[in-house]
Amino acid sequence: MQWANIILQGVLIGGLYAMFAAGLSLIFGVMRLVNIAHGDLIVLAAYVALTVTERLGIGPLASLILVVPTMALIGYALQRGLLNRTLGDDLLPPLLVTFGLSIIIQNGLLELFTADSRKLQAGAIEVQTFQVAEGIWVGLLPLIQFGVAVAVIAGLQVLFYRTALGRAFRATSDDPPVAQLMGLDTRHIFAMAMALSLAVVAIAGVFFAVRANFDPAIGPARLIFGFEAVIIGGLGSMWGTLAGGVILGVSQAIGAQIDPGWQLLAGHIAFLVILAVRPQGLFPKVSG
Amino acid sequence: MVRRGVALVPEGRRLFPSLTVEENLKIGGQCGRPGPWSIARVYELFPMLAEHRHLPATSLSGGQQQMAAIGRALMSNPHLLLCDEISLGLAPIVVRDIYARLPALVADGLSLIIVEQDIAQALKAATRVYCLQEGRIALSGAAGELTRERISAAYFGV
Repeated sequence: MQWANIILQGVLIGGLYAMFAAGLSLIFGVMRLVNIAHGDLIVLAAYVALTVTERLGIGPLASLILVVPTMALIGYALQRGLLNRTLGDDLLPPLLVTFGLSIIIQNGLLELFTADSRKLQAGAIEVQTFQVAEGIWVGLLPLIQFGVAVAVIAGLQVLFYRTALGRAFRATSDDPPVAQLMGLDTRHIFAMAMALSLAVVAIAGVFFAVRANFDPAIGPARLIFGFEAVIIGGLGSMWGTLAGGVILGVSQAIGAQIDPGWQLLAGHIAFLVILAVRPQGLFPKVSG
Repeated sequence: MVRRGVALVPEGRRLFPSLTVEENLKIGGQCGRPGPWSIARVYELFPMLAEHRHLPATSLSGGQQQMAAIGRALMSNPHLLLCDEISLGLAPIVVRDIYARLPALVADGLSLIIVEQDIAQALKAATRVYCLQEGRIALSGAAGELTRERISAAYFGV
């Protein structure tokens, strides 16, 4: 019974990792950009949410109404103003620029908010739990968080395969020059992809900030979780990313149960095992 | 360029591999130029495409892909359609089939510029022919006036 509880907790936290990963996977898929600043953008979203909740006196979940569009706007501007200039045949310039961005965000947050650990307060919802079966208890907040993660992944899937914007994303990803030839503005398409990615980051950042303490320096570790979930799931597959997040979450939960010091280690080991056995990930999307 | 009514059928077709045939056509029509072309009309012109509409574009045969690429370009309702090497890598019978559909397009008021290495095919399809050599026009004239020999002479000087 104890193990069932642990695995369930792992699955639920996996939803959060999947949200970290989804935005990362999306922009890599559309424009082959590896965003090193992704983790720091999650932390930035957490601080934006902190400011919004403190100034307006609203709860973290309500703050999403403001945080999501804010982050999406930042994403659009960032891509249009900076990252589009780094894209090309070479993968290195966007890596270097987003690495620099990562440092700028970390230090900017340090200046503005100091190095103190902060947390978003969601009130009673944080500690509410209910029994799903004999001896198995689930927290309301982790459950909402997992539900939102599934909804986000399903939403991205529908957007990619059922809408005109998704079609434009896939066409641009396949062949940017021909997409341009068809009258698509690839700079705008890329910026829309980054806006979407940061909208997902905003949701992930708020849930993360409610769940745990955060400070300006913890972004890179979230980036690693995101990367691991993407690789475990297989590049280019949204549902695979969810599965990757869940596997990572469960491994960490099991590791932590054996010895609290093994939580992160167990996650990394699960990642390395899958990388060694199935380098293409569990659910890769065939085609380059 | 697309909004002004110029569409290109690129050399080597270059369909979007992760999109279905129908989605490729929709991308072509996304620029929103008004005109007579619709997905239904492209399928009328190339009935083979309708059968495979939900397959990934690159799972089609070369000829069908070429039809899809022409269809995709037509979806933007161009005045002028540029076709680069339509016959590249295709079986002669398929090439003939595709060329057989072109006069209908011209009759509709569409202008076509075709780059073609197959002289016989080019002479049959065109009203005017230009032979380019190293970026300069080496020979030009109405298709009826030019012969295979004169074209060879213009290129090779024999």
